[in-house]
Amino acid sequence: MTAAAFAAFAPFTLLGTLTIIVMLLIAIRRSHKLAAFSTITGLGLCCIALPFAAPASPVQVTPLFVIDGTALFYAGLVLGAALVVAILSYAYLDSTAHGPREEYYLLLLTATLGAAVLPASVHFASFFLGLETLSISLLGLIAYASPRATAAEAGIKYLILGGASSAFLLFGMALIYADLGTMSFADIGTLAHAGSPHDLYRLAGVAMILIGVAFKLSLVPFHMWTPDIYEAAPAPVTAFVAVVSKIAVFAVILRYFILAEGPADASLRMGLAVIAILSMLGGNVLALLQNNVKRMLAYSSIAHLGYLLVAFLAAGTLGIEAAAYYLAAYAVTSLGAFGIVGLLSAPGAGRDADQIDDYRGLFRTRPFLAASLALMLLSLAGIPPTMGFFGKFYLIVAGVGTGLFWPVAALVLGSVIGLYYYLRVLVVMAMPNESTTPVPVTVPLFGTAVIAVLLALLVALGTYPAPAIALIRMAVG
Amino acid sequence: MTLVWLLLIPGIGGAVAWMAGGRHPNLPRRIALAVLAIDFIIALSLIGPAMSSAIPAGHAAWIASFERPWIPQLGISFELYLDGLSLVLILLTIALGFISVVISWTEITDRVGLFHANLLWSVTGVIGVFLALDLFLFFFFWELMLVPMYFLIALWGHEHRFYAAIKFFIFTQGSGLLMLVAILVLVFVHQQTTGHFTFDYLALLGTKMNPTMAFWLMLGFFIAFAVKLPAVPFHTWLPDAHTAAPTAGSVLLAGILLKTGAYGLIRFVVPLFPDAAHAFAPYAMTLGVIGILYAALLAYGQNDMKRLVAYSSVSHMGFVLLGVFAWNTLALQGVVIQMLAHGVSTGALFILVGALQERIHTRDMRQMGGLWGSIPHLSAFGMVFAIASLGLPGLGNFIGEFLILLGSFQVGVPLTVIAAIGLVAGAAYALLLVQRAFHGNAAPHDETAAKPCDLTAPHLLVMAGLFLALLGLGLYPQPVFDQVAAGLAVVQHDGTPSTGPTTQFAEATP
Repeated sequence: MTAAAFAAFAPFTLLGTLTIIVMLLIAIRRSHKLAAFSTITGLGLCCIALPFAAPASPVQVTPLFVIDGTALFYAGLVLGAALVVAILSYAYLDSTAHGPREEYYLLLLTATLGAAVLPASVHFASFFLGLETLSISLLGLIAYASPRATAAEAGIKYLILGGASSAFLLFGMALIYADLGTMSFADIGTLAHAGSPHDLYRLAGVAMILIGVAFKLSLVPFHMWTPDIYEAAPAPVTAFVAVVSKIAVFAVILRYFILAEGPADASLRMGLAVIAILSMLGGNVLALLQNNVKRMLAYSSIAHLGYLLVAFLAAGTLGIEAAAYYLAAYAVTSLGAFGIVGLLSAPGAGRDADQIDDYRGLFRTRPFLAASLALMLLSLAGIPPTMGFFGKFYLIVAGVGTGLFWPVAALVLGSVIGLYYYLRVLVVMAMPNESTTPVPVTVPLFGTAVIAVLLALLVALGTYPAPAIALIRMAVG
Repeated sequence: MTLVWLLLIPGIGGAVAWMAGGRHPNLPRRIALAVLAIDFIIALSLIGPAMSSAIPAGHAAWIASFERPWIPQLGISFELYLDGLSLVLILLTIALGFISVVISWTEITDRVGLFHANLLWSVTGVIGVFLALDLFLFFFFWELMLVPMYFLIALWGHEHRFYAAIKFFIFTQGSGLLMLVAILVLVFVHQQTTGHFTFDYLALLGTKMNPTMAFWLMLGFFIAFAVKLPAVPFHTWLPDAHTAAPTAGSVLLAGILLKTGAYGLIRFVVPLFPDAAHAFAPYAMTLGVIGILYAALLAYGQNDMKRLVAYSSVSHMGFVLLGVFAWNTLALQGVVIQMLAHGVSTGALFILVGALQERIHTRDMRQMGGLWGSIPHLSAFGMVFAIASLGLPGLGNFIGEFLILLGSFQVGVPLTVIAAIGLVAGAAYALLLVQRAFHGNAAPHDETAAKPCDLTAPHLLVMAGLFLALLGLGLYPQPVFDQVAAGLAVVQHDGTPSTGPTTQFAEATP
């Protein structure tokens, strides 16, 4: 490794070191505050280190990784989101004295490490290792709220389905390796280009990789696990699953397709288009039926990943930029929405504040959080003045620009269906509160502050997205 | 910069009103009144001739403009332009906003701050729609104005308000997304022919494309505006929304939001796609005529007074559709007057229905009758605005409908003749309303109930003001014509088909 490679890889090295430090700290002294504080500071430092790695990029770091603008941009999103999740987790766990809380941060850090290296991966080995580091840590996180029976159940579900999807992924990789004799994305691209287009081994391999990834991204028809896990996991963990893991997996699969597959293969595009349309419509329609806010957001996230596939299908510069902006918008919005759900929940209780009735009268009892949640939901619905509006606009620009008629039609239809359930929550929040409020939860000031920052980002980058686009063009384009 | 202030003042005023709501319920009301008064004065100061310098050739109609880069990467700029047409509609918007505050003084007692914030924000959104000349910015405001209106209906509305609010939102948002796709295809077509990626309306005018493409794009825009107008068969959201909305919401909806649809047709559909629009004109005009008659028929059959007024609104908007697609000077002038007069008269009728409901707690005309005896002022104004709505000469609606029919007569005689029947139907439902509610025998009442009190002074002032406005429009509409003439001339110039009119409409050329 050259000096430039070391410099560019520094943020990831730092993250690894941080994980070890936190582990040692826990061994020396058990303190929730200490573990949380060191995690939050460390993640903050990693975020700060990212821009300093930029001058050295793009650079190849071993055959496994390439640190370039794209990798740093998505790593930035992952680390920023992890930072927010860490802060929200502290607020969530601080009020409960149930069991050991310190290892939570360890799992959070290893999951973040796995997620952060995924966008930089250019090799099946790093792809799979990153993904497994992420998934296995997530397993622990999902089942962390031990007093709940559903949490353990969700953990098992994730274990089995996640394991099955990993097996698909691995088998797909093996098929491609058996066919082409390489695991590097770029080499696969060259060999596949030179070879016959009707290479069955390779096509089967790609299809299996796609199935494995669709599981992780919870695209229809591989979405069954999503609502159960989202509902049962503690709210900050749900935010992590919904945001960090999705961004990381989407980034790596985007890179794989750009390098290895190219936009050429018609049947593959056809399959992706079908999955996209099914996800957009299925996610939105199923969300209509939910009375549980977390389940509703789970189905809505399925639909949002479907929207993202429109940018994926559009490929080209416009599609890649649109995907980057939309992922950023999705991250800010989902973190905000799940963050608010988490802040309103009492972790000791049997469930989070996830029933729609829990939100009745929120505009009166907690005006700021209610207004924030309202804007987050409007952003998910794609209404101005939010990032979600501009993100959706960008996606439609990319889709229309490449003539994707059916996916764009499904996007429009899905958005219209989606309005119904987002608006329903808005109205419930504004209704007068009739039922007796359950245990009033004290919302810590720093929790509100995090939401305020997310809200400011949401509105500022939604009304004036030019700087964000400039950054994305510089990094990704 | 004046144009930015026009937007900023109600926008910020809304936030201030919301925050002031916690202190005293009257504070947001006063703030809203002050904000709208200032905004009105600013808008008034813009009345005058079009500016002569620094304008693109052929577009000498702009009174004021403001342009800054916004999202340069995608060719989007923050582009506000004001011509006479926009100005007239903005004045109507602010005036009706002001009136909405006055008449909600006693009706809205719950969450006063939030109510006035939403009221001011929806005014902001509508002003933005009338000013924006960048298609992205236009779409931004188009979407933005929905949210506060949604809240006004969903939170302060009457029975079935959630259903009505959702229906309103989904109809308009769905058609809006259709328009967005059409905008984007237009932008990409423009990029292919010129290599320039831009959302600027002035640049997109006259984009060359094949007729099939132009037709589909025109249809995308048309549906969005036809839903908003609303034109049959896209009108079903309107009666529900009106019935559920609070009075101020109905006034804003009828007086202002519907006008954005008409404005969009005049500003965007025809000038951007002149050939396609002219080929489509017979169908659009037919839809307009069907709307006039069908909605009048439905209005005749209503028992709910508010639904009656709502359907009459659809019927009047049929005239607007007819006039826009007749596309000659007379018809367009008529459309402008019709929009203003409809805003005033329908707004007034909704206020009266609201006042009546506040007093006798029903909108069902079967339970009314003989109200003239107990509440003479309200009833008198009810009759005046009902007959204004049927098109009595001397009042604004007559001028509008007469000019529209005169204009469309030059284009298609049979359609005009059928449309004229709408005037008779209008007389029928308007007089039926007066007869059933205000005249006749008093409905069996609970004798112990207190007699309803008549209109209070603020309401009387509002009614008198609206009546004077209608009278002014009816007797001396020339100042309005002068103000909008330049703007209409420009859109008409842009909207002239390049291939000449189709044979069926050969006599249309002046």
